[in-house]
Amino acid sequence: MGVVVLPTDDVLVAGLRAGDEEMFACVLTGWSGSMLRLARSFVSTAASAEEVVQDTWLAVLQGIERFEGRSSLQTWVYRILVNIARKRGAREQRTVPWTSLTPDDEGPTVDPSRFRGADDLYPGGWLAFPDIWPNTESEVLAREIRATVAAAIENLPVRQQVVLTLRDIDGQDAEDVCSLLDISTANQRVLLHRARAAVRGHLERYFASTTAGAES
Amino acid sequence: MTCAELVELVTAFLDRALDPETEQRFVEHLAICDGCETYVEQMRRTIAEVGKVQPESLPDETRDRLLDAFRTFPRT
Repeated sequence: MGVVVLPTDDVLVAGLRAGDEEMFACVLTGWSGSMLRLARSFVSTAASAEEVVQDTWLAVLQGIERFEGRSSLQTWVYRILVNIARKRGAREQRTVPWTSLTPDDEGPTVDPSRFRGADDLYPGGWLAFPDIWPNTESEVLAREIRATVAAAIENLPVRQQVVLTLRDIDGQDAEDVCSLLDISTANQRVLLHRARAAVRGHLERYFASTTAGAES
Repeated sequence: MTCAELVELVTAFLDRALDPETEQRFVEHLAICDGCETYVEQMRRTIAEVGKVQPESLPDETRDRLLDAFRTFPRT
């Protein structure tokens, strides 16, 4: 998961306590992007989210001596962030409806026109199977795919973006994400599923455009 | 289970969160439906591709400020 490979929590915590700068730089690089996204879902502006992330890291410096390892270090850091972000969001009178789903989270995730209708012999079956995607052995293609995925993530509704980031980029498990965001298991899954299906849709359109180009 | 129903259950399936009866119907459908097999494979691929994308991080000056704070933090 993610791009930066970090050492185990024991090593990280020991390094942070001992003042190992390289170790701190690693976690800053590895986690700050996700933290910005997470913060952004609670506060009104990007600048405000940045301050939340900064304040979180300062609180981590002050609190690292007291970290007891009852959760992963990342979960502990993210909890500090959510506390700071919630307070700040309340001051900015911004309320994110984390607890309930919105119209963004309803309806089928695959266009119903791709399935057979109720009058068909096989209602709800694919009219045409999804096209098989090519392998991405070429570096150029791999780069384009990463750009496509990054753009697709940017376009997601903020709560879907946050859940996708925590689960599929940071590799947190469902339980940690629910408790961090204070949402139900069912809602967490809906947000994650919609986010993944939306990104899959972008990839499908991207592959369809490249193969159409190759055939013509 | 229809294809239209299966595609909505992929995340629950991958999280092993389906009840045993639904999971069995999911697996049985998957075994005989090439379209859904492809769909599930593409969701797995999507998850893997998402995992390769690093979100945009802090601006350099904020990062430098934090590294500075770390360097000068009083330690006993």
